[in-house]
Amino acid sequence: MDNVLAFGAASSQAGRVDALFLVIALIGGFFFFLTQGILIYFAVKYRRRLPDRDNVTPSITGNPLLEFLWILIPSLVVVGIFYYGWRVYADQRIYVAGATEVHVNARQWMYEIKYPDGRTAINEIRVPAGKPVRFILSAADVLHGFYLPDFRVKMDMIPGRVTTLWVQPDRPGSYQIYCTVYCGTGHSNMLARLIVMPPREYAGWVERGGREGGEAGAKEPLHERGERVVKGAGCLNCHAVEGKEKIGPNFRGLFGSKVPLEGGTSVTADEEYFRESIVDPGAKVVKGYPNVMPTYKTSMPPDDVRAAVEYLKTLK
Amino acid sequence: MAGIGHPVAEGNGRGYLAERGWRSWAFTLDHKRIGAMYLWSTIFFFLVGGVFALLLRLELLSPQTRYFSNHAYNVFFTLHGAMMIFLFIIPAIPSGLGNFFIPLHVGARDVAFPRLNLASYWVFVAGFLVIIGSLVAPMDTGWTFYTPYSAKSAAAVTTLSLGLFLIGMSSILTGLNFIVTIHKLRAPGMTWHRMPLFIWGMYATSIIQVIATPVVGVTFLLLAAERLLGVGFYDPAKGGDPVLFQHFFWFYSHPVVYVMILPAMGIISEVIPVFSRKPIFGYKAIAYSSLAIAFIGFLVWGHHMFTSGMSPLANAIFSFLTFFVAVPTAVKVFNWIATLYKGSITFESPMLYALTFIFLFAVGGLTGPFLGALATNVQLHDTYFVVAHFHYTMMGGTVMGFFAGLHYWFPKMTGKMLNEKIARLAWALVFIGFNVTFFTMFIVGTRGMPRRYAEYIPKFHTENVISTIGSAVLAVGILVMCWNFLQGLRKGAPAPADPWRALSLEWRAASPPETENFHEIPVVTEWPYSYGTPKS
Repeated sequence: MDNVLAFGAASSQAGRVDALFLVIALIGGFFFFLTQGILIYFAVKYRRRLPDRDNVTPSITGNPLLEFLWILIPSLVVVGIFYYGWRVYADQRIYVAGATEVHVNARQWMYEIKYPDGRTAINEIRVPAGKPVRFILSAADVLHGFYLPDFRVKMDMIPGRVTTLWVQPDRPGSYQIYCTVYCGTGHSNMLARLIVMPPREYAGWVERGGREGGEAGAKEPLHERGERVVKGAGCLNCHAVEGKEKIGPNFRGLFGSKVPLEGGTSVTADEEYFRESIVDPGAKVVKGYPNVMPTYKTSMPPDDVRAAVEYLKTLK
Repeated sequence: MAGIGHPVAEGNGRGYLAERGWRSWAFTLDHKRIGAMYLWSTIFFFLVGGVFALLLRLELLSPQTRYFSNHAYNVFFTLHGAMMIFLFIIPAIPSGLGNFFIPLHVGARDVAFPRLNLASYWVFVAGFLVIIGSLVAPMDTGWTFYTPYSAKSAAAVTTLSLGLFLIGMSSILTGLNFIVTIHKLRAPGMTWHRMPLFIWGMYATSIIQVIATPVVGVTFLLLAAERLLGVGFYDPAKGGDPVLFQHFFWFYSHPVVYVMILPAMGIISEVIPVFSRKPIFGYKAIAYSSLAIAFIGFLVWGHHMFTSGMSPLANAIFSFLTFFVAVPTAVKVFNWIATLYKGSITFESPMLYALTFIFLFAVGGLTGPFLGALATNVQLHDTYFVVAHFHYTMMGGTVMGFFAGLHYWFPKMTGKMLNEKIARLAWALVFIGFNVTFFTMFIVGTRGMPRRYAEYIPKFHTENVISTIGSAVLAVGILVMCWNFLQGLRKGAPAPADPWRALSLEWRAASPPETENFHEIPVVTEWPYSYGTPKS
């Protein structure tokens, strides 16, 4: 569903952008094959056949009518394309009343989501299908981008400014969000998802206070819940469980190990160390790693922190 | 001899290369030697920048980082971009081939200010030494240095900006020198409309260099002030505005793409008539379209910033103006193709590269409207579509024009002929490798793959593997070409003064030209494109 010609991949707006893309491609293709066809035709037809005879070519230095036409025609064509591109864009930029509003704040390297009713999330936005959604975008540290390829839109996220973007998600599904403005080491790990839910499911999800499947949560083992929390909070964008390291230290084998810190001291990785590193990551920075992790003090409830720590303990 | 009827100079065989020893180069005031030093330097950085490109392609063979860390990948694409732009593509044709051929083309003994010319080379060297110094803490900001990341980054941003400031200064001095040379040192009888089109291209280029480069110099100074003194120009935490940096940066960096392309277009306008034995079609249209492109080029910088939160009205105005760069560019392409009509065309390597320029530049040009139109720009901005587009214009355009110029003028610069068979083999590899590498990027870009990603989601894997294979073919082609140049230098057959039977003045000088070029300043009686038989 991600090809340009998958018309209207996720919304009717996307269909309009695809139509524009197709029109430009047809016009461009026409002029490409016209000019290059003539180029190749001339190159073949007028290749030098006889041994070097200098006097066989006519002296043609211009043709006013032809030159006038090939200034006029491209000028008209590009004005047409401009106008079409502007019309489609202008409708993307109008203010839509009655939209679901979602605040998205970007930081190295995650998206912090806030809904007007106070629910929060990391790297996952849930919205109901069939109703316009307005994203209110900001950035905490450096420039970031908010790109929804299935909706054919993007907008930069700028520290000190607020930018906005709206889409009309017609079809339920899970859609990719990319950061498109280079933001440092973790740029290519800065991914998120827009989950468009059928309106009824969405209403149920809101009623449960923004949690998956109400009943199952109660009986869920703590470390399994922790795994959900760790994945949902975007921890794995910067910390690999195992294998090649990303921005921060790997998780596996961390619990119980002796961790060297900046400043020459060291600490044994116990529950309290894990908890502190989640809510106050600058307090004990592991030697050789940048002090870039944001605090989860407000975005991760204490229950979730305990669950996350239990999950990390299982990664031996 | 049709055209400019001057006797061809007899050389002593070594021409301007006769003197030996490093002093004869380091302190030379000869525009040809300075041009040659620029060529060696810029080709060196082209190869280094190319190695970084190959490392990027190597890493992109796998969706997860395998060979390098994410940080190393980010450093590589920064160095690839910064080197290719600032140390290769901006200076290569203007300062290298321009220095060598502007005085020869206008029938002068040297540029207007030979000492200034030498100074601009050494300022350039100082610049790249400072840039190499910045590698102690290599940059990972991308070649665009967007703030606030570049204002906060621990890399040696300040050092690198100082280096680029020096490179920019060198560029301004060279541009100034060329403008004065073209105004004041044309041979008797060379009116503006008898100048070779390469000179028109270089004239437009020089104007942009002199007007636009100071802006980027100031931008880098402000960035340095922010990093060193804590003055808040760009960082909102200090009261600045990060988008201001983008305006400053693109106010220079957009016009400068015409510094890259206009001289290459000038080369194409020289090569096509010679190898089709036809006068150039629409001389004035080509000449003035260079000036038109240079002028409009100053008004379109905002098209790099359609998603930066600028007002929709400003976006619309920038989009509208952007489309008008397309018209003079299209006019040039039409004129080149019309020049072929009823010609007597041969396909030596300069012509092959010139025709390749037209072909690849057409792809680059016709993918421009996708990015100039607002709605599709919003979709494609910062994806691989943009990467493909500017490689088609810059590498498919400028670099192919540069290669055309190198092959065309090699006999003149060195007094030796190249092996034509090997040159054509290299051309074929470059042509195939280039298209395989970069056309796939259009596809992966429309599928939504963002640029500057060290890691990518697996659905883009196939395209990336194909692109990497193409880059290997391209690299082999360029190596074969370089080998051919070295072989030509060492043991090429001696070149006659005018191997291509071209009519512009450089071919009236010996191969290689003497110091001061001409025994006697030629008197010009007509334009240099009288290849056809007059109708009368």
